[in-house]
Amino acid sequence: MNRDRSLRYRLAGIEIFAILLALLFLAPFYFVLANSLKTLGEILVDAASLPEAYKFTNYSRVWEMIRFPTALRNSVVITAISVAGIVTISSMTAYRLVRRPTRFNNLLFLAFISSMIIPFQSVMLQLVRVTSILELRGDLLGIVVCYLGFGLALSVFLFHGFIKGVPLEIEEAAVMDGCSPYGVFWRIVFPLLKPIAVTVVILNTLWIWNDYLLPVLIIGSNKDLTTIPLAVTRFFGQYTKQWDLALAGLAMSVTPIVVLFLLLQKHIVEGITSGSVKG
Amino acid sequence: MIKRGGKSGEWLQQLVFVGPGLIAFSIIVLVPFLLGFYYSFTEWNGLDLNKAQWTGMDNLNRIFMRDDKFWAAFGFTLRFTAVTVLASNLLAFLLALMLTRALKTRNLLRTVFFVPNVIGGILLGYIWQFIFTKGFKTIGEMTGWSFFEQPWLGTAGTGFWGLVIVFVWQSAGYMMVIYIAALTGVPKDMLEAATIDGAGYWQSIRKVTLPLIMPAVTVCLFLTISNAFKMFDLNLSLTKGGPGTSTQSLAYNIYAEALVNNRYGLGTAKAMLFFLAVSLIAVTQVWLTKRKEVEA
Repeated sequence: MNRDRSLRYRLAGIEIFAILLALLFLAPFYFVLANSLKTLGEILVDAASLPEAYKFTNYSRVWEMIRFPTALRNSVVITAISVAGIVTISSMTAYRLVRRPTRFNNLLFLAFISSMIIPFQSVMLQLVRVTSILELRGDLLGIVVCYLGFGLALSVFLFHGFIKGVPLEIEEAAVMDGCSPYGVFWRIVFPLLKPIAVTVVILNTLWIWNDYLLPVLIIGSNKDLTTIPLAVTRFFGQYTKQWDLALAGLAMSVTPIVVLFLLLQKHIVEGITSGSVKG
Repeated sequence: MIKRGGKSGEWLQQLVFVGPGLIAFSIIVLVPFLLGFYYSFTEWNGLDLNKAQWTGMDNLNRIFMRDDKFWAAFGFTLRFTAVTVLASNLLAFLLALMLTRALKTRNLLRTVFFVPNVIGGILLGYIWQFIFTKGFKTIGEMTGWSFFEQPWLGTAGTGFWGLVIVFVWQSAGYMMVIYIAALTGVPKDMLEAATIDGAGYWQSIRKVTLPLIMPAVTVCLFLTISNAFKMFDLNLSLTKGGPGTSTQSLAYNIYAEALVNNRYGLGTAKAMLFFLAVSLIAVTQVWLTKRKEVEA
C-alpha cells in the first residue's frame, strides 16, 4: 500500500517537527535550571553549558533571602481561601439568578457580564481609596474580599450557564420530601455542579496564584503577607544582575504551580476548554 | 412551584443567596468603577487619598494636548496587539493541527506547549530577561548568528520583539487547547467529502474546517486581543517599559502615572479612556467574527 506508507512518512515528519518545536519551547527552562546551579562567574562565561558540579548553595541562600517558606505559605493561603470563597458565593448567586429571574436579578446578571470587560487598571486607584476607607488594606481578609469581588463575574457566568441545564424536577421532588430551599441547594444542586466547579477552581487558582498588581496595592506594605510574585519582584529590585541567586529563586518559585499543573493537567485542560467554549 | 415561608422567606433567600456576592461585587468593582468617572476630573494624589480637588477638563486637556508618552504607549499597545494576536493564533492553530493527528507523543507534546501558561507574567518576564541578555549572547557567540548578537532588550525594536516572543510563547498553548477541542468536533465525513470532491489539504482547511470552528476563533481572538491590549505584568518584569519609555504599554503608562508619578487623578482619567478603548475593540471584534459563524 503506497498511500499508507507515504502517510506514515508524513506523520513521522510532523512528529519530528513537533518534537523539535517542543524542545525550543522548553529551552528557557533548561537555561534557568542549568544556570541556577552555577556560580555567577560560570554563568557570565558560558550560559549554555551544563554546570560543572551540582551545587545547591544558590538555592539555600536565596531560600532565606526571599523568605521562600513565608511567601509560599501566603500564596497558598490567599489562593485557597479566595478560591473557596469564590466557588461558594458565585454558585449561590448564580443559582438564585437562574431560578428567580426577577427584573432585579436579570439586571444584576447583566452587570456581572458587562463588568468582565473592565480592565483592572480602570478600578485599581479608586479601589485603593475604597479599601482604605473600609480598612481592608494590609490584611488577609482585605485581599480575599478583593479577589471575591473580581472573581465573581466570570464564575457567576460559568455557574449560570451550567445551572440552566440542571432539571428542576429533582429540586421539586426534594421539596416534596420536606427539604428546605437551602438544603435543596447544598445537598441536591451543588453536588451536581462539580464539573463546572472544577473549571471555576482552576481558572481562579491560576489567576490568583500569579497575580501581582492587586497584592502590591492591597498588601504591599505588610511584609508578613508577601506572596511569591511579590517576593521575587522585591528580590529583583534589590539585587540586579545577581543571576546565580535570581535563577535559583525563579526555579523554586515556578516549581509549585508547574508541579500542580503536571499532577492535575487532565482536569486543567478540560476545565479551560469548557470555560472558554461557554464564554 | 416552590412556596415555603411566603414572602418573608423569599426575601431571606434572596439575601442569603445573592447578598454576599452583591456586596463583594459592589464594593470591589462597581463602586470603584463609578468613582472613576468622578476622580477622572480631579487632581488627586496617592499621599492624601482623601483629598481630591475638582479640576474639570484639566486632565483630559492634558492627555489630549500634551501627553505624548500616553499616545506613544497607545500606539505601542496597538502594534503589540496586532502582531501578537496574529502570531499566537497562527502558532496555536498550527500546533492544534499537528497535535490532532495520530502522533505517538501527542499527549506529552500538548503538555509541553501548555506549560508556559501556568506561570505568571511576572516570573516569565524575569526568566526571559536572563534568556535575552545572557542566553542569547552565549548562543550568538557559539553560532555567530546576528539574530542572537543584537543588543536584546537594549533598543526599542528588540524590546518590542522581546515582549512579542514571550507573549506568544506563553499564550499559544492556551489557544492551542481551545483549537484542539474545536478541531476534534469537526465531523470527519465532511472533510472526507471535501477530499473526494478534489479539495487539497489546505483548501479543505480553509473551506471546511475554518468555517466550522469559527466559534473557537471568536473566543481565541477575544482572549488574545484583550490579554495583549491589557498586557502589564510582562511589561513590568521584562523591559520596565524601557529603554526609556519606548516599550511602555498603555496599562504600564497608567501604572507609572499613578504609582510612580503619584498623579492618581490623571492616572484615573487615562484608565477610563483605557476602558473605553478596550470595550470598543472587544465589542467590534466579537460582532465581526460572530457574523462569520456557521452551523455544522
